Amino acid sequence: MVETKPRKLRIATTSLAGCFGCHMSFLDIDERLFDLVELVEFDRSPITDIKHCGRCDVGIIEGGVCNAENVHVLREFRVNCKILIAIGACALNGGLPAQRNHLDLRDCLQEVYATEASLSSGGIPNDPELPLPLDKVHPLHEVVKIDYFLPGCPPSGDAIWRFVNDLLAGRTPRLPHELMHYD
Amino acid sequence: MPNDTLPEPGVDDALNRNRRDPARLVQILREVQTQYGYISPAALTHIAGAVGLPRARVEGVAGFYSFLHTRPAGRYRVLFSDNITDRMQGSGRLFDYFCSKLWLERGKTSEDGLIRADLTSCTGLCDQGPALLVNGFAIPRLTEERLDAIIDLIRARIPVPAWPHEHFEITENVRRKDILLDHALQPGDAIRAAIARGPRAGLETASNERSWREAVLSAPQGPVATLEEIKRSNLRGRGGAGFTTGLKWEACRSALGQMRYVVCNADEGEPGTFKDRVLLTRYADLVIEGMTVCAYVIGAARGFIYLRGEYRHLLDPLEEVLEARRNAYLLGHGIMGQPGLDFDIEIHVGAGAYICGEESALIESLEGRRGVPRNRPPYPVTHGYLQQPTIVNNVETFCAAALIAIHGGEWYRGFGTAKSAGTKLLSVSGDCARPGVYEYPFGVTIRDVLEDCGAVDTQAVQVSGPSGVCLDETEFGRRIAFEDVPTAGSFMVFNRQRDMFEVARNFSHFFAHESCGFCTPCRVGTTLLRNCMDKLHAGHGSQHDLTEIVDIARVLQATSHCGLGHTACNPLFDTLKKFRPSYERRLSSLAFSPAFDLDGALAAARQMTGRDDAGAHLQPEAAEGAGR
Amino acid sequence: MNQAQSFTLDGADVPYRPGQTIIQAALAAGRYIPHLCYHPEFKPHGSCKLCTVKVDGRDMAACTTPAAPGIAVESDTQEINDQRRMLVQMLFVEGNHFCPSCEQSGNCMLQAVAYDLGVMSPRFSHLYPSRPVDASHPEILLDFDRCILCELCIRASAEVDRKSVFALSGRGITKRLIVNAASGRLADTNLAASDKATQVCPVGVILRKGGAFAVPIGKRKYDLKPISARALEDAPRPPGARHG
Repeated sequence: MVETKPRKLRIATTSLAGCFGCHMSFLDIDERLFDLVELVEFDRSPITDIKHCGRCDVGIIEGGVCNAENVHVLREFRVNCKILIAIGACALNGGLPAQRNHLDLRDCLQEVYATEASLSSGGIPNDPELPLPLDKVHPLHEVVKIDYFLPGCPPSGDAIWRFVNDLLAGRTPRLPHELMHYD
Repeated sequence: MPNDTLPEPGVDDALNRNRRDPARLVQILREVQTQYGYISPAALTHIAGAVGLPRARVEGVAGFYSFLHTRPAGRYRVLFSDNITDRMQGSGRLFDYFCSKLWLERGKTSEDGLIRADLTSCTGLCDQGPALLVNGFAIPRLTEERLDAIIDLIRARIPVPAWPHEHFEITENVRRKDILLDHALQPGDAIRAAIARGPRAGLETASNERSWREAVLSAPQGPVATLEEIKRSNLRGRGGAGFTTGLKWEACRSALGQMRYVVCNADEGEPGTFKDRVLLTRYADLVIEGMTVCAYVIGAARGFIYLRGEYRHLLDPLEEVLEARRNAYLLGHGIMGQPGLDFDIEIHVGAGAYICGEESALIESLEGRRGVPRNRPPYPVTHGYLQQPTIVNNVETFCAAALIAIHGGEWYRGFGTAKSAGTKLLSVSGDCARPGVYEYPFGVTIRDVLEDCGAVDTQAVQVSGPSGVCLDETEFGRRIAFEDVPTAGSFMVFNRQRDMFEVARNFSHFFAHESCGFCTPCRVGTTLLRNCMDKLHAGHGSQHDLTEIVDIARVLQATSHCGLGHTACNPLFDTLKKFRPSYERRLSSLAFSPAFDLDGALAAARQMTGRDDAGAHLQPEAAEGAGR
Repeated sequence: MNQAQSFTLDGADVPYRPGQTIIQAALAAGRYIPHLCYHPEFKPHGSCKLCTVKVDGRDMAACTTPAAPGIAVESDTQEINDQRRMLVQMLFVEGNHFCPSCEQSGNCMLQAVAYDLGVMSPRFSHLYPSRPVDASHPEILLDFDRCILCELCIRASAEVDRKSVFALSGRGITKRLIVNAASGRLADTNLAASDKATQVCPVGVILRKGGAFAVPIGKRKYDLKPISARALEDAPRPPGARHG
């Protein structure tokens, strides 16, 4: 058998209705980044500044879905990534942004842009350039099929490293008790 | 606006009528509800104080039952029966017609506080639907003309008791009689026969109820001899579970306790069944006779008929029958001149909760609580009403017991099959020429029933209601019997024009609405299943959803607290197996589709921004070239 | 006279005393069975169904099923744990469980059981119910978003405090916790911060005001040990038995 160096896996990452905290945590894998770049190359990601996701092996998405643009980006990832991972509390259950879900969106917009004295000058923005908000914030798995979930707010660098390593090695990712966190 | 601190004047009357008994809490709340259209905060506080319960407990009981309201719910509360048979008879269209004529939104009281319209689970008028309840009273055979008349009556603010009687005329539609429906008994015959089965020594010497019972326990006299006949008959419960009646009575009779109780389960809530309504209308004496025989056998002095709220119209006639029997010494003290043979019956009326058909939930409700099934063991035969030995039997079971008391067990065993003695009443509805009640000896085939009721082009029969089994045409040779197709009596027929997915979806709504909410799997699972079915209905489903339905249903079956959860998935399993294309043709994607309507989720923002450009919409994935 | 009786749990012998349920005997013997609504100080009522096991092949709640001689109980199997994972996921999507902003995070049984079972996702679509907070009481806060309807506070208030501050209303998916006041506000009940009812919530509904986030992440109850280990330490043992 001829030993061939395995092809580098192509990874894309993005943040939807999230805070980029999961991405910051990703950087917390520190010097292990050097090991990682031996195994993977990055497509769309804040690391590369590529604007659109191409064909990828793995997509990693933090943040939930709060507006029309989030839906488009999420769909683009789904079409292009063989494996799609939801990372962090917001991607899993909507997180902090979803805490608006018990409010009526109309009331929110009205209060922020019309009733509230300090902001009410311009009316409700209606520029077609702006993505419209959804009436509720949803986790990713309610919009597209998600293959793996990595909980945490954010998951620690160690958890991400463990998870990605399992994945790259072809193992179904599992987290030991000390790395398993929803907060 | 009523004073918030004072309860309405009629509340005390309701309390007094019910002896301020906390066990009669559901009755108290129901009577206040009837009089005032809702149970006000002040009434809740007052009732709690009067019966000696924490207010939150009383509020919790009121919150459990569909027909009780703790907020004003309209002077006229109109509930359209939402069984699949009502739907098939056009109830959906009629409901919309009614709401649009009165400018009503479903479940919302009109601004003038006059009316509220909503849907309710099957009202047991499937053979003469579509039906509705107005302030608790049933109106069958709805048409636009009848609704117009109702609307006029409501607008004229005429009280429901003063409405023309013709609207409330309910027919019995008895189509086939056998030994039960064709019985020729006179009131008292069965009790007399039971007493005659043994020498009278024990009864005559007994000076009080307790020693009477102990006497009958020790010698093979009338009660024991009658019990032997019940056992010999192999009679099995007609409510669905099919437990052997004789063994149940014997266990109750032998159980230790201060008092014993006989309860007639007339909470006929399984969608599609209405034979108990007919028995209670036409054969009330036979039902009560059977209860009295049971009381005689087990030594009970008190009995209850738990009448489902939907059958409120039967309350007064039943009270009249009870009174007539008291006057004829067939109820009360010293029945038929037998010293110590004391037995009387109270009627409890339910308030809209299917789960109360489960015997331990029924007992909870009888005791004035939320109708939540108990943990078992112990079983009601040893720890039932007020923790005392209690028999809970179906209406039809008591009728059969009365026949057996007269004719004996051997006679009864001569009908039916080896394992299913006697006859069974079927409530036939749906796509057939002659819906109604049919009595057959056990062993009748599905095909024979279909032929008799004039069903043509039949593709499926749902036997025993949503919790039963859905049979397709390859199974019409199967037999109604405990050993083949057991049933509580519901028999709904669907012809080839019907969409079996919609049948299953209707049932999924039923179970989600009727789950008591005690255990996690049933409380959440029935709602998740309903949501999955609605998603498929809306054309947003995928194969993934079909897999999810099966996975959720398996957990419901394995882990639910009671039969409601265990059986809630039956219609989904059956139709997914036998009518799978009716699901598949609705799928929008082979693999996955979103949980909600994406474009619809932007509607609020479109409205507020006034935008309608392409960016203000989300197309289905297929259109965008996505999906997977 | 105290003849040792036993049954098997996943193949191992578990001794029991007459009157014990399966879960009581198992915990006392140092064997964990996942549970939420069961609490050693209260009569089991069996609503969460997390403790469902197979008893001689039949699905039964371990908290309400009496131990019996020779029964074979299966608990730690793939099939049963899959069921448990789904029940936990049902509870997560039924309420609004935002762990990062919950002061009970790290001390929450629902979360800890989910960790122990390896629940990585909510799986289902969230119901996102609207359940307003009740902050009326001077010392106690009620955040209904997190209620899993275990009824422990109801049982504690009725049986120990003799107050019946809590009860249930509604039915099915609309079932909800209510308090004993016409206003519906906790401040108008006779709840005291020292009541047993304030100490039994397994999740983050009944909270003491002013004490939030006192323990740093990493030092909280279930940061230190998984619930499968903690539950055994908390379980009542027969005298003389060693704590595992």
